Amino acid sequence: MADTIDTKKLNLTKEDFESDQMVKWCPGCGDHAILRSVENVFPELGILPENFVVVSGIGCSSRFPYYVNTYGIHGIHGRAAALATGIKLANPKLSVWMITGDGDSMAIGGNHFIHIARRNPDVNILLFNNKIYGLTKGQYSPTTPKGQKTKSSPQGTFERPFNPGTLAIGARASFFARVVDTNPKMMTEVFMEAAKYHGTSIVEVLQNCVIFNNKIHSLITSRETKDDNQIFLRAGEPMIFGKDRDKGLMMDEKGLRVVKLGEDGITEKDLLVHNPFEEDTGIHTMLCEMMPPDYPAALGVIRSVKTETLEDTVWNTIEYEQKNSPLKSVNDLLRTGNTWEVDEEPGKNGKKRK
Amino acid sequence: MVSKKDKVVELENAVVRFAGDSGDGMQLTGSLFSDSTAFAGNDFATFPDYPAEIRAPQGTVAGVSGFQIHFGSSDIHTSGDLADVLVAMNPASLKANVKWITTNAVIIVDTDAFTEKNLIKAGYKTNPLKDGTLSGHTVIEAPITTLTKEAVKNLNIDNKSAQKSKNMFALGMVFYMFNRDYKKTFEFFEQKFKSNPLVVKANKQVLTAGYNYADTIEVFSRTYKIIPAPLSKGLYRNVTGNLATSWGLLAAAERSGRKLFLGSYPITPASEILQELSKHKQFGAIAFQAEDEIAGIVSSIGASYTGAMAVTSTSGPGLSLKSEAIGLAVMTELPLVIVNVQRGGPSTGLPTKSEQSDLMQALYGRNGEAPVIVMAAQSSADCFFSAYEAAKLAMEHMTPVILLTDGSLANGSEVFKIPDVGEMPPIKPPIVKANDPDYKPYKRDPEKLSRPWALPGTEGLRHRIGGLEKENITGNVSQDPMNHQKMSEIREEKVERVMNYIPELEVVGEEEGELLVVGWGGTYGVMLTTIEEMRKEGKKISLAHFKHIKPLPKNTEDVLKRFKKILVCEINLGQFVNYLRMSFPGITFDQFNKIQGLPFMVSELKEKFNEYLND
Repeated sequence: MADTIDTKKLNLTKEDFESDQMVKWCPGCGDHAILRSVENVFPELGILPENFVVVSGIGCSSRFPYYVNTYGIHGIHGRAAALATGIKLANPKLSVWMITGDGDSMAIGGNHFIHIARRNPDVNILLFNNKIYGLTKGQYSPTTPKGQKTKSSPQGTFERPFNPGTLAIGARASFFARVVDTNPKMMTEVFMEAAKYHGTSIVEVLQNCVIFNNKIHSLITSRETKDDNQIFLRAGEPMIFGKDRDKGLMMDEKGLRVVKLGEDGITEKDLLVHNPFEEDTGIHTMLCEMMPPDYPAALGVIRSVKTETLEDTVWNTIEYEQKNSPLKSVNDLLRTGNTWEVDEEPGKNGKKRK
Repeated sequence: MVSKKDKVVELENAVVRFAGDSGDGMQLTGSLFSDSTAFAGNDFATFPDYPAEIRAPQGTVAGVSGFQIHFGSSDIHTSGDLADVLVAMNPASLKANVKWITTNAVIIVDTDAFTEKNLIKAGYKTNPLKDGTLSGHTVIEAPITTLTKEAVKNLNIDNKSAQKSKNMFALGMVFYMFNRDYKKTFEFFEQKFKSNPLVVKANKQVLTAGYNYADTIEVFSRTYKIIPAPLSKGLYRNVTGNLATSWGLLAAAERSGRKLFLGSYPITPASEILQELSKHKQFGAIAFQAEDEIAGIVSSIGASYTGAMAVTSTSGPGLSLKSEAIGLAVMTELPLVIVNVQRGGPSTGLPTKSEQSDLMQALYGRNGEAPVIVMAAQSSADCFFSAYEAAKLAMEHMTPVILLTDGSLANGSEVFKIPDVGEMPPIKPPIVKANDPDYKPYKRDPEKLSRPWALPGTEGLRHRIGGLEKENITGNVSQDPMNHQKMSEIREEKVERVMNYIPELEVVGEEEGELLVVGWGGTYGVMLTTIEEMRKEGKKISLAHFKHIKPLPKNTEDVLKRFKKILVCEINLGQFVNYLRMSFPGITFDQFNKIQGLPFMVSELKEKFNEYLND
């Protein structure tokens, strides 16, 4: 199967992907910045505009397809992964982008989310995680921190939240990345990585709902605190973070540990070096689990492991069967097996058929 | 002494029922007998009757598996009411089936299985072979297990394996009874057990032993012959409804030039469609086994968007789960075939039994005004043509189509005259060419009101669709009140106009008169047989049987108005009759309903119809 990324440049610009529809997200919503980043990425991929399909489920994020000038389907709640799988299987040449939220993919669509991760079709999933139901006006979601008061949890939620990264990796996802909606450059870079990855790429976007869950990610995103509370991971680079780039991550018998460079004789050489290509899920899972205030949140491509895609497997089989099957048409099929011929018209042997 | 030849009696038709424990191989025995029936040139129809459990406790009535075949020298439309011959491999299968045989049937039993333990397991207080309860029947007591073991003694196979082929001994006996040739069956053994010559040999020996045993001991006072049915010239095969449905879909995909995509989730009694379509990658057909019913249909909608001929297959509970997604296909006006193999409901209901109780769900079981085409296949072989037509209508009219079949059609089989796919009606989906300057996502065909099908990957046709209400022509999201009214009416009208593209309703019998009996879908065979028999007896009665339910055929009202009394027969509590009452409020309809997980019998329909005629 040919790679979906065509390397030849097509001289496309952002404008080629802007739709004529009015963007109706709230002013200040994180979705605007994500849309702009996607519009920056699409022209750079070497893919003709008509070969993109953007699909979604239901929720604020899921209005996304209307705002990009590509082919698109706005589906039903939770089912975008099933739509995307059907599209990619039926026509592997398309570049399929699935836009979803924490309610859409972690709650009503949880089943489809884990199965798309397991099957690994080449679909790019942008999971907008604002830890709240926005479109229905403020109920808690499966990623809302335990104890948070929302419209449907006036005493605070009683439930433990999902971590999308560990859920995805537990479901055998081969590619998982995390970005923040406040950093367009980071989004653009990681979306590019996701697009180039041949398989299901899941990118969790820590996205702010300005109306119902404002500043939910502020420790990780605000100018004052972000440097000490986020770490951007790059393949082959030591895990360093902090305003003065003086902190790092080490591994000891208890797991990951935040250390200060220079203290206790610790140097860069003692730090973990990020390897997203590692098959083993152990460190990737630990990285996903890290959250402030004890740890920095891991950003960037956390996991990127080569795995055969669903559509490649299916279409390779189709190609093989088409070459090797003795059945060339449905007429052949109908005439295979136990058949019998009546070679005389009725009447000759007495009776006539009614 | 009379020679064997003199004892051959010619029959017009016969019904044979094979029954045994669910591990006894009765379905295989039945299908081998069917094959030999085909070879003998008879028309036939079959019906398997098996429990919901894979292996219910051995020897109990709950674990009995049966297979019935009705064959004859004229057109056969049903698997038969009552059996003329019953093969009962143990007491439980006798107990379970004795109520389904004629008053003077031939019963073949394996006496080795009639032990005290087995009699108790079956719930018999006394041995039915000895207590006179079977008087009137011809009971043939054969120690089948012992004779089977004896027949393969020379092969040195273990007892357990030897016993496994006892069904072939019984089959041999029935072959003798109907003067059958076992050449075809031998060919089957050679094919099926290619890798195990010992098994081939064992089966051949046991079958022959059964045949010769019946001949030697002269247990049958006579044998029977049924002359070949006057089938028209052509190539034939035996087909079950689920197989026919799958092949009809493949044929439609080929003729439309679209790739078939099935998104489905295993469910009884529809799973064979998923299994069959998963075999045909050589036609580019993709059968995607989804994680649930919803993903099954939604993946198909995705595939349909890209231009595949999309299908989802299920049974009642699955259709419930698909409701919301069917609404999405209605709103996006994408072609989609939804095959619903009806079973007994509600909830899990009677998974292996048949019913016609999903009609209202098919017509109305969605939020909003969500019209779809509804069709119902009329026989196992008709599933082929109905599936083909459903796909044709879906693609040419850009709408979901629900095709109702049922457990009886799906698992039952009948003789199928193999058509030439190239001669079936062409299928022309409204696919838009690249850069069409007039393209608008919801700009409609003036006749059909269908919207154009613009496929991703095509230059100059980029557009967005979805579940939100669409503005007519542009397809943009619209909350405008007048637009919603207009679009709701258009979607309804689009489906109604399909009326101009389907055949008119045909009447069997006089075109007008006292009594018209009405049915739909899977009851066709039994109702037709009843009407034909009654008309032969000189009764004035006509039949109108529906395959197209929404829309109804154009001439429906004309037909109905020409009769004084109308009796609507269904395997439910009266869903179609209420649909007709709603559609034609000026006409009076009576109803006859049965809901026991069993098909109608000719005898019970006859009785009911005669009541009406004598009224």
